[in-house]
Parts: sequence; structure tokens; C-alpha cells
Amino acid sequence: MKSNRLQQLFIPVLAVLLGMIAGSIVMLASGYNPIAGFSALVYGAFGDTYYIGETIRQTTPYILTGLAVAFAFRTGLFNIGVEGQLIVGWLAAVWVGVSFDLPKIVHLPLAILAAAAAGALWGLLPGVLKAYLKVHEVIITIMMNYIALHVTNAIIRSVLSDEGFKSDPVKPSASLQSEFFGAITHHSTMHYGIFIAIAAAFIMWFLLERTTKGFELRAVGFNQHASQYAGMNVRANIILAMVISGAFAGVAGAMEGLGTFGNISTKAGFTGLGFDGIAVALIGGNNAFGILLSALLFGALKVGALEMPSSAGVPTELVDIIIALIIFFVASSYMIRWLLSRGQKGAE
Amino acid sequence: MEYVIEMLNIRKVFGAFVANDNITLQVKKGEIHALLGENGAGKSTLMNVLFGLYQPDGGEIRVKGKPVRITDPNVANDLGIGMVHQHFMLVDTFTVTENIILGSEPTRAGTIDIKRAEQEVRELSERYGLAVDPTAKVADISVGMQQRVEILKTLYRGADILIFDEPTAVLTPQEIRELMDIMRTLVREGKSIILITHKLKEIMEVCDRVTIIRRGKGIATLNVAETNPNELAALMVGREVQFTTEKRPAEPGTPVLEIEGLVVKDARGLAAVNGLNLTVHGGEIVGIAGVDGNGQTELIEAITGLIKAESGTIRLNGRDITNLPPRQIIEAGVGHIPQDRHKHGLVLDFPIGENMVLQTYYKPPYSKRGLLNFTAIYEKARQLIREFDVRTPDEYTKARALSGGNQQKAIIGREVDRDPDLLIAAQPTRGLDVGAIEFIHKRLIEQRDRGKAVLLVSFELDEVMNVSDRIAVIYEGKIVAIVDPKATTEQELGLLMAGSKRKEAGVSS
Ligand SMILES: Nc1ncnc2c1ncn2[C@@H]1O[C@H](COP(=O)(O)OP(=O)(O)OP(=O)(O)O)[C@@H](O)[C@H]1O
Ligand SMILES: [Mg+2]
Repeated sequence: MKSNRLQQLFIPVLAVLLGMIAGSIVMLASGYNPIAGFSALVYGAFGDTYYIGETIRQTTPYILTGLAVAFAFRTGLFNIGVEGQLIVGWLAAVWVGVSFDLPKIVHLPLAILAAAAAGALWGLLPGVLKAYLKVHEVIITIMMNYIALHVTNAIIRSVLSDEGFKSDPVKPSASLQSEFFGAITHHSTMHYGIFIAIAAAFIMWFLLERTTKGFELRAVGFNQHASQYAGMNVRANIILAMVISGAFAGVAGAMEGLGTFGNISTKAGFTGLGFDGIAVALIGGNNAFGILLSALLFGALKVGALEMPSSAGVPTELVDIIIALIIFFVASSYMIRWLLSRGQKGAE
Repeated sequence: MEYVIEMLNIRKVFGAFVANDNITLQVKKGEIHALLGENGAGKSTLMNVLFGLYQPDGGEIRVKGKPVRITDPNVANDLGIGMVHQHFMLVDTFTVTENIILGSEPTRAGTIDIKRAEQEVRELSERYGLAVDPTAKVADISVGMQQRVEILKTLYRGADILIFDEPTAVLTPQEIRELMDIMRTLVREGKSIILITHKLKEIMEVCDRVTIIRRGKGIATLNVAETNPNELAALMVGREVQFTTEKRPAEPGTPVLEIEGLVVKDARGLAAVNGLNLTVHGGEIVGIAGVDGNGQTELIEAITGLIKAESGTIRLNGRDITNLPPRQIIEAGVGHIPQDRHKHGLVLDFPIGENMVLQTYYKPPYSKRGLLNFTAIYEKARQLIREFDVRTPDEYTKARALSGGNQQKAIIGREVDRDPDLLIAAQPTRGLDVGAIEFIHKRLIEQRDRGKAVLLVSFELDEVMNVSDRIAVIYEGKIVAIVDPKATTEQELGLLMAGSKRKEAGVSS
């Protein structure tokens, strides 16, 4: 039992190391110094309070998109629409953030709830179509991403600005930005959202593992026939699962809108946060605590990578390849597990 | 070289639980060797070790005299060992041939040579009398045929030692007879067979020798010709077993279930239940006898609300429950032991303990203010596990890890414990050992004696005749006769099930 625990910790570490070895080979082959490259990566993620602040800031939306994907997954659904749900959440949060003058204690929660509601709404439609017409949620959620992107851009241009490309900044009463964190992290953009993200992870765990509704959602996720036999309303649960998943994604958007950026701009393409959420969820084993760790890994890689071109001269394209390799090895850690178990058998 | 397979002192543990405790099994060439034991005795585990799905923690395996290490099923295949699992592993949307060649496809110029494969499958099928159509889609053929596809799969890979894990549990009596003939043909052609079954009759009929295991330990290996069902049962359970359950005459009370003019369509839109009338009273067990596919499944699913009835009424204690949502039907007092335990009965990835409250999780004491009360849930689980003798390492074990028979006992425990006014039992003893069957029959009769109504659906005529107070014969979606089990014979039932009219009694309900 104990050695199992140790193995659980040891394997991801080994996976990261293997990814780094592969990355080193790529760097060597293209004539760059891997030691300088990875030093830059680590330094760029954790080397200074500023970088730590940036890493935590980047980790925040990853936690929430990871939770969104995982929640759907645990209830038997594949939510590819986290990206779109995040964008509409972002829009809703900023909209509420710029439109009202309210005390912070009301305004901020209202803006976050608006984001959750917008994401939830974006999850509702695929949920309903899946539950009643058996339309596969993957197709609908992908399409909903495009609708979110372009509708949001149109609203930013016509409603939130005068034919411009970005909204006004949200009122201070709806902002998550933090002077305190700025002060202790050399003016990084780290904001209070991290607390919301960690709370969301706890909420997801609690909802699924401790509540009566969570029992139903998990049951439907594993076996719809048995759930129906047992008297559960399978359709209602499918819809609810998509709605909750969408709400997590919407709150991820609020982190960007109320925290990192403090406004919303028109986008030429997707943010990628929602799609990366799929990898965050899978690497985190679709469990709340695992997602906190894998989101941190993604946040650190994303932020640390920014330092590689400037300090080690590694071009950004190559940096993307190296990051992808590390993620690849972590994602295939079941392969490592398998190799280890074979090794153990051989040793007997 | 007397033995083709020797498993010597095989040991297999799961955590702290010893599933196989130094078991020895020796199989001679050309014999059918039965493996007999209670539910959870460790039969499937032992066979999974032989097939390379599990690694033993001790002991030695020899194939044709040579010590071997079977690290995975491919190694088993190469050694000529094939396994027909109880739960088939076929791709529904593929044809028979595609399924059989999956993983060892014959190719020509980089493409699969499907014509040649079909020819080979046809030849194999004819040689062993399997009568399988190589071009049919798996989704379109019967369970019995699917099983033959599994057999062909092993033969196609050149197996000469075949493991059958409870092959007859899913078959109709006719299909069982055909399978026995197939097994006889196989050994005549030089194959050796290991057969797991709980049906002592089958062992007496086709097997040469039998190895008995109890709670993970080998008990004895006997020549079938020198033993009898009573001895086998006693060795396996460790006590004498009664084969017929004693019960006092029924005292039927008021009608609990009343069905009138029920019509239910099946998946293809045909009326599988076609104007069915049936009444079950409190204090009686009504057995439904019929050939598979005459509307039994649709009848049960309509009563329990899993599928919609086209027309007709279903009343429970006088209240119309036709087409209500399943939860309301459950709460009205219907319990259901489903025919397909993996599909309907259990959430296999949940702990067995949580499966025990699958219908009641939202009620106190299991749920309080929207939160689960795990103390109460697992207390109930422990009680049922004890009461119904569910053999499991503990109540936190995933339902998937339980042996088939113990999964079934868990479901029965859950349903009986809810004490429903109407208990529907579909194939309740499928896959159970003789000791467990005796126990379950007693519990069904006990429910009856407490004034509850029991509707039993079973393909085993023995079971229907032994347990029921009245037998309703179903044919093409209608109840065509009601007979008294004490006044009828298997022959008469067989004729009625085949659709021949009964003159003297007529239809009553
Ligand atoms: N993967 C596993 N993890 C933990 N326990 C297991 C696992 N597989 C089997 N067991 C336990 O080992 C015991 C033997 O199981 P096995 O499936 O071999 O029984 P069996 O003799 O085939 O019974 P049945 O007749 O009911 O099919 C059971 O108590 C079961 O719960
Ligand atoms: Mg078994």
C-alpha cells in the first residue's frame, strides 16, 4: 500500500524528467544548449517572486477549465466546449463589471455568478440536445465554441465599445486584481482568483463525492441503464452535468476578465485555455486534487517557456515542441506505469 | 505425457484476500474436465491465471509437460490455450468473420483477405458442427450464436485447450444441448476442455473428471462416472444440499399485480407483448415459463417503467402505474432482480456497498440534507453482505471485482431487503451455485409467506416448477395457459411453450 503511494508521486516526476531528456535531445540536435534552455524554463517559472506570481496567475484559469472538463468526464460526457463557455463567461463577467456601480461585496460575486451563468447556459444547449435527441455533445460543443467566439466579438464591438476592439476596464468594485499580491511579487499580474479556483476544486470534489446529487451524476456517468433502472432521471442528470461543467468554464473566463486582463478584447482566435483544460483534466486523473497539480504544471510550463527565447536563445517554435514533449510524457505516464510493473515482475 | 495442462499449487492473492490457495488442477488430453465450486471459490481467477490475465503469486504451470510462464493472453494463445469468457468480447458492428480474425488478420498485398478468412471460418464451423454464418453481423445473431463465434475465435487461433467459463448460464435449454454436442465433437477431434459450470446435471452428462474447489482451496478431483450430484454438491458446499425446496401451500390474498390487454413494442417496433393478461396475488409466486424471445423481457421492462407500454393497463395494489417513471414505480412497491446484472443491476465501477443503495440513496438515513451518509450506507451494506453471504474482500471493493455469482447475490439482497409488494425476479439464480440457489429460493418463498407477490421469470423449467405456485406460459407475447406446477409435466410445459393449444383447461387468470 505504502509503496503504491510513493509510486503515485514518483511516476509523474519521472515522466517530467523523461520529457526533459527528450526535449534536450531536440535542443542538442538543433544546436542549442539544453542546460541553458531548461534553466531558463525553471527560472522563468519559479526563479523570482515575479515569476512565481505569474505562474500562479496562469495556473488559475487552468484549474477551472480542468475542473470543467473533468466534471463532464466524471459524469460520462465529453465537453469540448469549455473554450466557448470560458469566452462567454469572460464576456458576462466584464459586462456586469463595467455596467454597474455596486459595493464590492455585491458587485464582485455578481460578476462571477454572471460568468458562471453564461457558461452554464452555453452548456445547457448541448446538454438538452444530448439528453433529448441523442446528438453527440462533442459536435455541438465544438460548434458552440465558434458561436461564442464570434458573438462575443460582435458584442464587444457594438455594445461594450464604440466600434472598438476592447471594452472599458471593469469597475474596481468588480475587480479581482490585487495590490497586495502585486506588491509581494514585483508587480506580477497575480490576482485573488487563485482562491476562487482552489475553492472550486473543493466544491467539485464535495459535490461529486459527498452529495446525493453527486452520487446520481456519477452513477449516470458510469452506467445509464442501471441508473434508469434505479429510478434516476438520466436526461435531467445529463443536462445538469453539462450545466455545472459549463459554469466552471464560465468562472474561468471571469478569472481572465476580472483578474488577469480586467477587460475583454476582440479575439482573432481561441484562447487555448479551454482546450488545454482537456489535457489538464486527463493528466490530473479527473480528480480535483490531481487537477490542482496538473494545472500548476501547465501554468509553470506556459509561463516559464516565455523566458527560453530571451535567456537561452531557443526559438519559440522549438519551445512549443519541448513543452509538448513534456506534456506528452506526462500524459503517457500509464506507459511508464506499465513498464515499471513489467520490470517488477521480471525481478521476482 | 499424460497431462496437457498441469497447474501445480497455484496461489493468487488480491491484497490480503487469498483467491487461490495452492490449487492443483491437472487436465488429461482429450477430456472434458469440470471445475466446480461455490460462487467466489476462485474458479474464474484460476482460469484467468491459466489464460495469462493474472500472474500467479506462487505455483507452477506446465503445458504438455513443459514448465511455462504465461505472462499475457498472447502467450496463452501461442501455447494453444483459448478461453471463452462468460461475458463475450465481440464488436457488435463487425461481422462474424471480422470478429474472429481481429488481431490475426490474413493479409494479401497489405489488405485484409476477407474472402479467404470467410472460407476458413466456414470450414472450421462445418468441421465442428457450429453452423455459424461467417457474414452475419454480430449484433444480429443470438447470444448462443455469439458464444459459438467466441469458440471459433479460439479455434481459429489454433487452440487445442479450451476454457469455458460458465458457458451455459446465458443459454436456453435447447442451446445448452447443442453446446454439449459441440463440446463432444471438439474432444473427438483431439481438443481438451476445461468447463466451469454450476449445473451438476451438465457435469454428469458431458464431463470425464471434475475438480472441486472451496474457498480458494482444492478439495478433490473425481471421476464423474464414480460420483453423483449429491456427493458433488456436498463436497463443494461442505454440507448436504436439498435440490427441491420445501414449501407449504400458497395462501393467495388480494391481487397485487393486475395486467390487462398489455401491448409493448420491442426495439424493432414489433409487438413483443401482444394483449397480455395476468394477475399475481399477494402470497403467491407466479412463474412465467416460455422460450426466450416471447416477450418476457418487454413484459418486465414495461412493468418496471423501463420501456413504454403501447396500450393496456398495469395496476399495482389497485393503482394504475402504467408508464409511470421508474422511480414512482419503485416507490409504489416494485422490486426487480434484472436479467442482465451488468447492464441494469449494478454500477460496476461503484463499490459494492454503494450499489446496495442504488434505489434508496436519496432517502434517510442514507441521505441527510442533500449529503450522503456513508456510515449508514456501509452499515446497510455490511448487513446485506452478511445476510446474503456475498463473498467479497470488503464492502468497499468495486462491484466489478466480485465474482459473477456474488454480484447476483448482492442484487438479490438489495431487492429483497427493500421488501417490495411485488418482487420481479428475472433469472434470479443464473450463475449461482447449488447452495446459493437453495438459499435464494428459500428467500423468495419467505417473501411469499409474508404476503408479498412474486413474479418469477426463468428459462429453467426445474426452477419454475419447483418454486412457483402457478405457472403462466407465455407464447408470442400472450399468456396462453395457466397451469398448476404439481399437476403438470416438463413435457406438457414444453408443448405449451412451443405454442400448442391446451384444450381442457383453457386460459384463465
Ligand atoms: N481483481 C480482483 N480484486 C479483488 N478481489 C478479486 C478480484 N478478482 C476476484 N476477486 C475475488 O476473488 C474471489 C474469487 O473470485 P472468482 O471470480 O475467481 O470466483 P468464481 O469461483 O469464478 O465465482 P463465480 O462462480 O461466482 O463466478 C471473489 O471473492 C472475488 O471477490
Ligand atoms: Mg466466475
